Amino acid sequence: MHSRMKRSYSLWLLPFLLVTALPAQAEYGLNFPPPATTIARDIYNVHMLTMGISTLLLIGVFGVVFFAIWKFRKSRGYEPDQNFHKTWFGTWSWIFVPAVVLGIDLTIASSAQKVLNKLWVVPEQEGMLDVKVTGHQWYWEFEFLDEEVRIESRAKTEEEAGELYLRDVDHRLVLPTGRPIRFMHTSADVNHAMWVPALGFKKDAIPGYITETWAEIDTEGVYRGQCAELCGTWHAKMPIVVEAVSPERFTEWVAEAKAAQAAADAEAAADIEWALPKLMEKGKGLYNTKCASCHQINGEGLAPAFPPLKDSAIATGPAAAHIDIVLNGKPGSAMPPWKGLLNDLEIAAIVTYERNSWGNDTGDAVQPRDVKAAR
Amino acid sequence: MSQHNDTPSSHYFVPEPSPWPFIAMFAMFALLAGTALIINDIGFGNVLVTLGALLLTYMLYGWFRDVVGENLSGQYNHQVDRSFRQGMYWFIASEVFFFASFFGALYYIRNIAVPWLGGAGYLGTSALLYSQFTGDWPTAGPGDLGGDLTPMGAWGIPALNTMLLLSSGATLTWAHWGLKLNNQKTLVRGLIATITLGLLFVGFQAYEYQHAFAELNLTLASGVYGSTFYILTGFHGMHVTLGAIMLIAILGRSMKGHFSPRNHFAFEAVAWYWHFVDVVWLGLFIFVYMV
Amino acid sequence: MSTTASALHSEHEHHPYGWRRWLFSTNHKDIGTLYLLFALTMFFLGGLSAMAIRAELLYPGLQMLDPDLYNNILTNHALIMIFGAVMPAGAGIANWMIPLMIGAPDMALPRLNNLSFWILPAAAMMLVLSFIVPFFPGGGTQVNTGWTLYPPLSVQVGMSMDFLIFAIHLLGISSVLASINIIVTILNMRAPGMTMFKMPIFCWAWFVTAFLLILVVPIIAGGVTMLLFDRHFGTSFFNAAGGGDPVLFQHLFWFFGHPEVYILILPAIGALAQVIPAFSRKPLFGYKSTVGSMLVIATLGMVVWAHHQYTIGMSLGTVSYFMIGTILISIPVGLIIFNFIATMWRGAMTFETPMLFATAMVLLFSFGGLTGVMLAVIPADVQYHDSMFVVAHFHYVLIPGAIYGLFAAVFYWLPKWTGHMYDEKLAKIFFWVNMISFNITFFPQHFLGLAGMPRRIIDYNVIFAEFNFLSSVAGLIYGFSHLLFLYIIIKAIRGGQQAKNKVWEGATGLEWELPSPPPFHSWETAPKIK
Ligand code: HEA
Ligand code: HEA
Ligand code: HEC
Ligand code: CUA
Ligand SMILES: [Cu+2]
Repeated sequence: MHSRMKRSYSLWLLPFLLVTALPAQAEYGLNFPPPATTIARDIYNVHMLTMGISTLLLIGVFGVVFFAIWKFRKSRGYEPDQNFHKTWFGTWSWIFVPAVVLGIDLTIASSAQKVLNKLWVVPEQEGMLDVKVTGHQWYWEFEFLDEEVRIESRAKTEEEAGELYLRDVDHRLVLPTGRPIRFMHTSADVNHAMWVPALGFKKDAIPGYITETWAEIDTEGVYRGQCAELCGTWHAKMPIVVEAVSPERFTEWVAEAKAAQAAADAEAAADIEWALPKLMEKGKGLYNTKCASCHQINGEGLAPAFPPLKDSAIATGPAAAHIDIVLNGKPGSAMPPWKGLLNDLEIAAIVTYERNSWGNDTGDAVQPRDVKAAR
Repeated sequence: MSQHNDTPSSHYFVPEPSPWPFIAMFAMFALLAGTALIINDIGFGNVLVTLGALLLTYMLYGWFRDVVGENLSGQYNHQVDRSFRQGMYWFIASEVFFFASFFGALYYIRNIAVPWLGGAGYLGTSALLYSQFTGDWPTAGPGDLGGDLTPMGAWGIPALNTMLLLSSGATLTWAHWGLKLNNQKTLVRGLIATITLGLLFVGFQAYEYQHAFAELNLTLASGVYGSTFYILTGFHGMHVTLGAIMLIAILGRSMKGHFSPRNHFAFEAVAWYWHFVDVVWLGLFIFVYMV
Repeated sequence: MSTTASALHSEHEHHPYGWRRWLFSTNHKDIGTLYLLFALTMFFLGGLSAMAIRAELLYPGLQMLDPDLYNNILTNHALIMIFGAVMPAGAGIANWMIPLMIGAPDMALPRLNNLSFWILPAAAMMLVLSFIVPFFPGGGTQVNTGWTLYPPLSVQVGMSMDFLIFAIHLLGISSVLASINIIVTILNMRAPGMTMFKMPIFCWAWFVTAFLLILVVPIIAGGVTMLLFDRHFGTSFFNAAGGGDPVLFQHLFWFFGHPEVYILILPAIGALAQVIPAFSRKPLFGYKSTVGSMLVIATLGMVVWAHHQYTIGMSLGTVSYFMIGTILISIPVGLIIFNFIATMWRGAMTFETPMLFATAMVLLFSFGGLTGVMLAVIPADVQYHDSMFVVAHFHYVLIPGAIYGLFAAVFYWLPKWTGHMYDEKLAKIFFWVNMISFNITFFPQHFLGLAGMPRRIIDYNVIFAEFNFLSSVAGLIYGFSHLLFLYIIIKAIRGGQQAKNKVWEGATGLEWELPSPPPFHSWETAPKIK
């Protein structure tokens, strides 16, 4: 099925590859992906150090045991030494074994602590780029606080993403190189965790709290990661794609993003009567990205967690109740409030789409002003 | 020891097969499965709970009847007695740790979670999420869940309850003292006094809850202050109630003259339990009401 | 040591027959057998769910499960294996062996002993209910939280979470009662002359384990109780809007959860301390330092829990403390491993099945422990955390650690329990198939984790395909090898060569002075200890 498969079959047999697996082998998926920040490189070194020490200790343990198995066995006529534990070795080993282990432990701990100090404390620095990261069931939201740009990033479907399925998103997180970035993680529903190996951090997003991390990317490129904290049904479908670009390109990108946002807001604010087909077209795209992960493209939901919208009492009953649940969500269930995430036009389009699809035929064309009134 | 293994009291007593543990399985299952159904509004839950509770009572009654019978017929030697005592110590130790989880939660919330929400530490939680929230205690959280509340003061009923429980500890010791001197009257009187004080405590606590709900708007849903307040005092109150029931059983046995100055493990076990409940209350009084 | 075993009078052995013997038992050996059978059943149930997991991960894409069902199975896999298989198996062996080893007629509190067993089936029924309830109309959503039950996800789950919470309460009560019994038995029931420092290490291991259980199980009971209140009674322990904190639950869980892993491993270590000297034909090297190490493990183990939560936003000082504390655990564990190897050193070893499993445990548990030390190193753990690397770590400590220790113990004492020798040849085949396929199953998962595959995902990108395929194929072989184990056990129960009193040439200890199987009341007359 996959050509890579054959290549690495022979590799697992060679445990010592663990030690020699330098970045060159990363393409085989044997070790960390190539780091893109100084700290991620430091982390990689700490990882190689502890792994090296562990491998040596393991070789030691295996060596001694295998030698003992070969030498001290009854079938070779070896007589047991009943007093071995009473020799000086037996009397004092409880002191010197711990002393040796303590020495190794302190070696590991001290080199780890150095990296930890850099990794853990976000530097107080001018020109920090503040990015607020919000985990949602099941997509990421990134806000550039000073630039006032907000993007939502969702997994691409299998058809769109191809080989990159579950590692690719519709809107990438674009970040500048050479500038320290502070990430502030939080969540809108349950715990998530942002993890992009190349950036050298993983941090939990805890609803109601902010946790902080930072990174300074030094190489342009595309870095992929995934949500690392179990967050329910589609935990597997929360990739993160970071695109590191030059600071100039980043400024351009911010301007483009702001312009697009402004255009969308203007469209929503315009007090015009929207026709049904137009709303349906808009609503379909929005529904398929924002709602279909739960209620499914075909509107049939996923029993028992997610109710169908097809033939549902709410989606075929009075529009007011329908708008209400979309705006405010349903506390205690996975249905989130969309108030803060979608503008009036978007909600009107989605609701319209839901009321006229999959056999639902209310014929309603819900208008942005209806939504505005319900807010 | 092995020389005189013909005298029954030197032989470690191993009971005959007993149905009670097996029955306990059904009782506990019915009780808990029923509770799970009830809290999810599923009808036949209460049938199961009733069944389970009845079975549990029957089981406990039968089990203790067997134990009392064996004790009275002199089948327990000194070593068996020691097993019972040590068993009770470690049971109480596990209860202490159960309460420790709630005290630990209170500590964590007051010293870490709420200050963090209020903007302490190196993280920008309050700056980005709740600019209004200051993180004072008591609190119903940044969302002010459950609306405005008045915290429970320490010097009304809680102080009175402290007095009640402390004196009940004293009366229990008095009863024990009577038992040791083989003075049945003191024993019974001391027990009755202890039980009365314990029940008074429970009564006042119930009144306090009612007051809190009705007048202070302090409920289980009053944010984290209400949560910790009720979980700690609630589980404590439950233990006082259980302790009182156990004392009543001991009172019954005392009146029947089951205890002798040298053989009264059951009395002591209940007394330890009562003192444990007492000490937990002191912790509550200090950390929930006063500080 | 020698005894007056001949003075055993078996004439008034009027032991009960039929179903009453098993359901109403007050006999430590019968209850031990019940525990062991229960654990075996659960091991197969938990293993069956592991097979479902591996089958689903065979290829990328959704094969046969939907995501919630996957996570439901995963949750049950972990809980059943840990609480249903490993802990009861340990308790079963403790029940069987401790009275025999210390020269007692039975456990100190025989009726309580039976209660702690019978709570388990009730708990198992609750677990099964939590698994199947969502498939009934109105049954709510499935438990998709993993065994760690972190809120707020666990607050979203439907009513099956309540059954799970009550199952945990029951399991906790059972363990605490069993622990009380073991502590009291050891403190109060030793034969005259059997001082604490003459006691076999297996008893010491359980003694320490029992204290750990009494100290930490009530904490998780409190934690899930708060969860229940948050779910149904409007409290906000784990809800920031009300001033609570989801992370509080993690602290409560891991304050229990980390000591729990030593609860799983210590009885296995204790069993090894019996097996290795027997097959090396010389006494355990470092008796006192092994006991001391176990005490240090228990103490240190109680204060390092937050190494499971490095990524939750603790301050620098706090995480540094937890890192160093965790790394230091390698000292006592290392000393125990050292003592085991030194026991083998200059012995006269033979490799019957118990010794094979024991040797494999020494080697492979060290491997798993060393990846544990790697995980303890925070900068690296922010990469490993919640990845398949962690899954590889803990299966290496759980399977060649806890499970192999139990296998060694089972094969070592099976002739004593059943009175029959097991089929040595088949058992050796079982060992080799099992050990090799185990390694092929879990070794590649280290690479998956390093390359960036998170754990607890039902579907993965094709870059992770080859190692998952390998892991699944070997995993299925590994799983099926246990059918051989089942066969060997059944064969030994049903018959086979009669076992002598002392089955193994190098074995020492009181249990080998009684007949195989031992009389119904083990030591009616206390043995004399020299
Ligand atoms: C039997 C079970 C068991 C045992 C014994 C251990 C033992 C250890 N574990 Fe493990 N662990 C688990 C079961 C176990 N673990 C489980 C189930 C999880 C995951 C839970 C979940 O999230 O679902 C986990 C997760 C886990 C984590 C969290 C990872 C993460 O989620 O990010 C960490 C981090 O520190 C860790 C560390 C350790 C350490 C340091 C030890 C030490 O005790 C190991 C000590 C042993 C040795 C070190 C080897 C022998 C010693 C020598 C050969 C001497 C020389 C050694 C040195 C000088 C280093 N474990
Ligand atoms: C003692 C504990 C223990 C044991 C023994 C095992 C045993 C096994 N475990 Fe695991 N496992 C955990 C504890 C344990 N596990 C924990 C704590 C987790 C974390 C859960 C979480 O994330 O919340 C986990 C998670 C976990 C995962 C991670 C999934 C994920 O994160 O997405 C995987 C994947 O490979 C796995 C696989 C296995 C396998 C293949 C076995 C094998 O050893 C199983 C061997 C198989 C058998 C013993 C029985 C075979 C049965 C048959 C052959 C059928 C015969 C049929 C009949 C008789 C009817 N386990
Ligand atoms: C994270 C999962 C999730 C997403 C994404 C989601 N929903 Fe829902 N939705 C739910 C759940 C769960 C319910 C059931 C709530 C309940 O009644 O308990 C629900 C209920 C509803 C209902 C009521 C259905 C009924 O008949 O009860 C409507 C309408 C609805 N959602 C619309 C939407 C729209 C529109 C979107 C996208 C903008 C959306 N949902 C996105 C999970 C989701
Ligand atoms: Cu979001 Cu996992
Ligand atoms: Cu741990």
